[in-house]
Amino acid sequence: MAETRVIVPPRGWQAPNLRELWEYRDLAFFLVKRDVSIRYRQTLIGTVWAILQPLLLAVVFSVFLGHYAQVPSGAGVPYPVFALAGMVMWLYFSQAMQFASDSTVASRELIGKVWFPRMIIPIAAVLPPAIDFLPAFAIAMIVQLAYGVVPPVQILLVPLLAVLTLAVALGIGLWLSALNVRYRDIRLAVPFLILVGLFVTPIVYPFDVVPDAAQPIYALNPMVGVLETYRWMLFPDADWPGALLAIPLASAAVLLVTGAWYFTRAERDFADVI
Amino acid sequence: MSSDALAIRVAGLGKRYRLGGAQTDLLSERIGRRAPKGRDFWALRGVDLSIAPGEVVGLVGRNGAGKSTLLKCLSRITPPTEGRIELTGRVGTLLEVGTGFHPELSGRENVYLSGTILGMRRAEVAARFDEIVAFSGIEQFLETPVKRYSSGMYVRLAFAVAAHLDTDILLVDEVLAVGDAEFQRKCFGKMDDVARGGRTVVFVSHQLSAVQRLCTRSYWIDGGRVRAEGPTNEVVAQYLHHAGATQEGGVATIGPDVPRSTTGAVTLERVALLDDDDRPTDRIRLGQPFTVAMTFRVSETVEDGVIELGLSSADGTRVATVQNVDGDRPLLSLTPGRHEIRARIDATLLPGEFTLDVGMHRLIGLTLDFVERALTFTALNVAYDGSEDRWPWVVVRGALRPPSEWSVRTADAPA
Repeated sequence: MAETRVIVPPRGWQAPNLRELWEYRDLAFFLVKRDVSIRYRQTLIGTVWAILQPLLLAVVFSVFLGHYAQVPSGAGVPYPVFALAGMVMWLYFSQAMQFASDSTVASRELIGKVWFPRMIIPIAAVLPPAIDFLPAFAIAMIVQLAYGVVPPVQILLVPLLAVLTLAVALGIGLWLSALNVRYRDIRLAVPFLILVGLFVTPIVYPFDVVPDAAQPIYALNPMVGVLETYRWMLFPDADWPGALLAIPLASAAVLLVTGAWYFTRAERDFADVI
Repeated sequence: MSSDALAIRVAGLGKRYRLGGAQTDLLSERIGRRAPKGRDFWALRGVDLSIAPGEVVGLVGRNGAGKSTLLKCLSRITPPTEGRIELTGRVGTLLEVGTGFHPELSGRENVYLSGTILGMRRAEVAARFDEIVAFSGIEQFLETPVKRYSSGMYVRLAFAVAAHLDTDILLVDEVLAVGDAEFQRKCFGKMDDVARGGRTVVFVSHQLSAVQRLCTRSYWIDGGRVRAEGPTNEVVAQYLHHAGATQEGGVATIGPDVPRSTTGAVTLERVALLDDDDRPTDRIRLGQPFTVAMTFRVSETVEDGVIELGLSSADGTRVATVQNVDGDRPLLSLTPGRHEIRARIDATLLPGEFTLDVGMHRLIGLTLDFVERALTFTALNVAYDGSEDRWPWVVVRGALRPPSEWSVRTADAPA
């Protein structure tokens, strides 16, 4: 006898159903595949775009900030190497966050026509930037080696950091994508958040230009710890971030758990509201 | 309370929507106001259903009766507000053809994407892949992006995926109302197989003939409640007998219960869509002129009558309006009694569903009688005159194709 599913009006907070999510993992795979193939299909330069973005931004920042404005570099590496590493990581994170936030509203047709665990949508949305991260990371590595900066052995830990970054982005994305269904303000807020983040994260300037007194507040931004850890993995003379790494770890855990619970509560009304 | 013997058991189901006020709002409109504005509307209330495994059950009722909401509750798309649903077995939902299809992806990629969206595992799609492709008959175009498909090919492939969804319970809404006659025959054949294959099917359609053909038992849903239940022929007969706006083929009977704006001086009783031979039809071909025949019962003499015929596309957008006074033609003068008024319309409609609003006003602006969505019909992607003139694209943008003349002027070739 097949199992019987009971549907009753939902009340209050409910735990996310992770088993159902797992059963639909193939759907996540095909949604990612769809997004990746569509994005680069019929674009003139295809995947080159993923490389060009951080590269061009790093050039712009190197010329205007590094060269003209004399912003210091960090970790004993030339400014272009410093800025490019930061830019690759930041674009990865900000795209994952942006795609996740926009994902539910972008899938409104599906949501109204068929049921599947809705959380698949933001989960599938954060993954394509991870695929873009690979060529961008590779090109940054080539540039770094060309400047004679040989990465230390902890570069092997970059995949773990990439997963942590994705977890932070997904945690934020779960909140924002659920809120976006009801409040379309979110769509306007996210690009602004990313713009602000570019300045309140040590991407194009080193962490130590921030005064000691401001550092505790500054470091609450989880991406500060991620960036510092990333540079420790890439540059031989960068310092171990120490306690700074605890903040993205803790944020990821808190954002993922609360985000998943909020999403589960909000998703009931998606089809009626979206 | 044992549900062992049932595939679907619904008890006291209710679904409430809030009307009025935008559903999505800006945060600024929300701040400082807890209670949402608008009034409640029960799309479903107190609905009980009992469906045994292997039964093929129809849901009939007019537009807005709650059939689609019921299907959405059963399929978990939207949660109920009250009551209880028990479903035994895997559930598949088919609310439209081509759910999740993406125009940029190839046929092969879309089969996998759509299959997993509908709830299949990747391995299940792979196992049925050849069958799906064979049913659709598009083997040669598997690697072509579906945006280059004709709409016929698109629908065939999309339906093929859905038809091979192997679930215990299948919830189907209106999806057979697409494609040309040949394809519809094929779909019906497949639905017959599904129905005989021992699966439980709940089928919603406005085409009563389709319900009668496929379903042994039916529920008549009216105003969000179950109005009648029993063998399909009896339920359909009751439904047709009921004084509502019911459409059979191209003839809509507008009963007294139909929502309308009226003074009572004039009553629209019947609207029919006629083809070239004055036969009622609910499907017209690309470029086929059609006639709308309206029967009005006039109780008080009308001397300055203006008849409005409004054509709307499926999403409710009014795409055309014609009136008997267009082009400075005379006002209508009608004595008490029954009058049939005909309008022949020569417009090329792009493929899709259309509805007709029919009403009579006085020139001074007073509406004597007006019925929205009095009649529904389909514009087909099939040439009217047997030519090759078809709408070749998957995506239909717009609703009308006005006549156009084309020319090319080439500037002098550069020296």
